[in-house]
Amino acid sequence: MTTSPPIAGVAGAAAAPDAPVQKRKRPRVQNPWAIVAFVSPFALVFTLFYVIPIGYAVWQSLLVVEREGTFGEAREVFGGFAQYALVFQNAEFWSSVGRVFLFGIVQVPVMLGLALLFALLLDSPLLRGKKFFRLAFFVPYAVPGVIAAIMWGFLYSPNLSPFEAVTSQVDFLSSDLVLWSIANVVTWVFVGYNMLIIYSTLLAIPGDIYEAARLDGAGQARIAWSIKIPLIRPALVLTGVLSIIGTLQLLAEPQTFRSFSSAVTSTYTPNMTIYATSSIPNVSLAAAFSVVLALATFVLSFTFLRITRRKAATS
Amino acid sequence: MTTTTTMTAVNPTASRRRRGGGQDAVGRGPREGVIPRTAAFIVMGVFTLYFLTPIWWLLIASTKDRGDLFSTNPLWFADFRFFENVGALVAYRDGVYLRWLLNSLLYAGVGAVVATLLASMCGYALAKYRFPGRETLFNVVLGGVLVPATALALPLFLLFSQVQLTNTFWAVFLPSIVSPFGVYLSRVFAEASVPDELLEASRLDGAGEVRTFFTVSIRLMFPALVTVFLFQFVSIWNNFFLPLIMLRSEELFPVTYGLYAWNSTINQFPELRTFVLVGSLLSIVPLIITFLLLQRYWRTGLGTGALK
Repeated sequence: MTTSPPIAGVAGAAAAPDAPVQKRKRPRVQNPWAIVAFVSPFALVFTLFYVIPIGYAVWQSLLVVEREGTFGEAREVFGGFAQYALVFQNAEFWSSVGRVFLFGIVQVPVMLGLALLFALLLDSPLLRGKKFFRLAFFVPYAVPGVIAAIMWGFLYSPNLSPFEAVTSQVDFLSSDLVLWSIANVVTWVFVGYNMLIIYSTLLAIPGDIYEAARLDGAGQARIAWSIKIPLIRPALVLTGVLSIIGTLQLLAEPQTFRSFSSAVTSTYTPNMTIYATSSIPNVSLAAAFSVVLALATFVLSFTFLRITRRKAATS
Repeated sequence: MTTTTTMTAVNPTASRRRRGGGQDAVGRGPREGVIPRTAAFIVMGVFTLYFLTPIWWLLIASTKDRGDLFSTNPLWFADFRFFENVGALVAYRDGVYLRWLLNSLLYAGVGAVVATLLASMCGYALAKYRFPGRETLFNVVLGGVLVPATALALPLFLLFSQVQLTNTFWAVFLPSIVSPFGVYLSRVFAEASVPDELLEASRLDGAGEVRTFFTVSIRLMFPALVTVFLFQFVSIWNNFFLPLIMLRSEELFPVTYGLYAWNSTINQFPELRTFVLVGSLLSIVPLIITFLLLQRYWRTGLGTGALK
């Protein structure tokens, strides 16, 4: 494993922490046993519950089930990319991917836009009662996705809702609207969380930075736009990446909505498709779905990071 | 000038107080007008309603019996039956709900403590020691942050079923003690808040590295540790796919999954509706208490990951 340091270093002068690394002589590693003690527990669990499962999923996705005759014993044999071919032919999977993609390009900007607005308002001198608002907006984050979905499911249901005047007119659980009803649940839960990440970054900006702008007569909006937003770009990127990952993982909310709306099918999101496929059971195909989904998450997150980094390269 | 900047960078709340309270002290800039102030207040007021109304409704709904739930004002109290409802919920099926709550506390509470300890030790080592493979290790862990937890659930299930661990406490607990994001946060925070001079001083005093970590460094990293703990606690508490795929026996369910199971059979068993509502309300309480107790610490750490 890459994590274990060489036990005995080459004799010689111990390298100062920031000394340039010399090519020929390896700097002696100080306190090797302490490093082993600190790193190995995490390295062990990370290997067991992250690295090995990922490797196993990739391996499993390369297998196919073969039967001798119709009723013969099933056995798994290496099938190359056969499962991946099935993944690409699976229309239900791709329509679920399309659905979360549509979900993401609407919900993520709305949620982050609101979070940014609230954070800027909390950070501006325009507002009183900041502690109250900060807490009130953050409380939904304490509500797990399943519970939030149950709650909103009741609120949306025509005969149960406290807002009957609205729900008798608009069917929030219809196949046209249910995706956006779910988007609302996700937004409701996570706006406050994103707001706090952005807000705590704003708090770390020293107040004197605004002084010159104020002397020039810039108002709060101008200060927010020209000074604050550029400075908190890293926080916006972080929340953006986390939101993209979250969107592709969508599971608890739509799965819970199945008991409120028949419009949510068992293959409504990619994760639901994986679950449905694994309980058929067709684990190899489900594993292939998982690998494709994980790769898609990686690619999207990295692309987003690259695009935003390039823009922020000057800072 | 430089000293104030350093100070505020280390302690954001101090700068906050100066800026928030002392607008006059900061500048002779334009005073904020009435219109922007009113607009800001209206925006925040409207969204306060948006965020709190569902929870208020849940609170009201759990104080009503089945009849009143549909016949009385949904946003105000009718006959106050909260304690009867809680009693019935707790008694239902030999207290399976309490069992679920306890399971959740074990999975999330113990799991997050262990995860925080492991992640902080690793992050600390990455920040404070130089060793070959350090950056490789860090990059691999960072890659782990981007792996969706749900993509791990299925292969974990397949592996655990080979060692007969599915449908056990360990099936949900063990994967929860890994927090790559915690390693990342701990590294960033240890770099910022644990001075090398202090470690040197501790070494000169003859303290071992491990002892130094547990007596000195861990205290300096405390806000980050609280943040890591909270992130992990919430993600375990909210984890849905893992219990969904791993657990079959009701007595192992975490509370969210138990309530989900009840909710999906509500059409056959309408009497479960009250239990789902009261149970949902009660299940939120531990998280809110945890947040309130720890918020003093964890807000300091929250921005740390974003700043780098």
